Amino acid sequence: MNYVLRGIGVLATVGTLSLLAFSLPSGGEARGDGGGDDLMPRLTHNNWQQECASCHLAYSPALLPQSSWRRVMGGLEQHFGENASLDPATQADILRFLEANAADSGRSRIGDKVMQRMDKKAAPLRITETRWFVKQHDEVSRATWARKSVGSAANCAACHRQAEKGIFDEDTVRIPK
Amino acid sequence: MIKRIAGAGLMLLSAHASADSPASFMVRYAQAAGVAVTALSPARGEALYRGEHPGKNGTAQSCASCHTASPKQAGQTRVGKRIEPLAPAANPQRFTDAAKVEKWFRRNCTDVLARECSAQEKGDFIAWLNQLK
Repeated sequence: MNYVLRGIGVLATVGTLSLLAFSLPSGGEARGDGGGDDLMPRLTHNNWQQECASCHLAYSPALLPQSSWRRVMGGLEQHFGENASLDPATQADILRFLEANAADSGRSRIGDKVMQRMDKKAAPLRITETRWFVKQHDEVSRATWARKSVGSAANCAACHRQAEKGIFDEDTVRIPK
Repeated sequence: MIKRIAGAGLMLLSAHASADSPASFMVRYAQAAGVAVTALSPARGEALYRGEHPGKNGTAQSCASCHTASPKQAGQTRVGKRIEPLAPAANPQRFTDAAKVEKWFRRNCTDVLARECSAQEKGDFIAWLNQLK
């Protein structure tokens, strides 16, 4: 009797757990990054895409922690030497989106990697200052960065030809002359 | 009732969107400056576009630094992203959205001139761009 009850209990537990496991999408999809290591999370957000991408690629929120995004969005009047000010509602809307998908939001594999290499208290303003970025680009020489055709390390699409689609894997890299 | 309010809101929105054009901005800025539209000066607008001012790293900067010498051509932001042409003749999207127009005057005048532009300057600027063929 006892064994039968226990057996039912075990079966029920195993059944529930496996149901849970199968009903959850697999890691990558659940976290919106499609599973690939070099894939940025596939995200859509009107204001982020409209506003940030009018001057530069809409950099993935997964590449900086929340504390960084708060600094960036709090200083748009002097945004890397340019006035990028927004109306307060748009600014708040974009910040909410950036925080929700930041490197330390736990929502993307690439964010986890960025955080693994970051000091807990660090809040860098530039993605290019993160140890993750530096490590990823350690084979790119200073002379290459300085090429006019590259322009700036902020210009992802100079080499990552499909950057606008969120594709950053090595196969799509073409360093311009 | 709610439907009617939403409908009225939509009509207002679409009326507002379709009302904005280079000509309507010229009227608006001339009014704000207290001058007649005919007093707007394309020549002053062009001078504003080409005028050079001390930049951040000792080099001179002007609107043309990013928008190129011809506003009918595409320009480039400092990090290399394409800027669609400014002149309505080359880009009919220009000067059709009030929020956008004000946003970019605010940002770019403070960047290039280190101050906001006056209504007269904005009117002159659009008057010049709008008569480029």
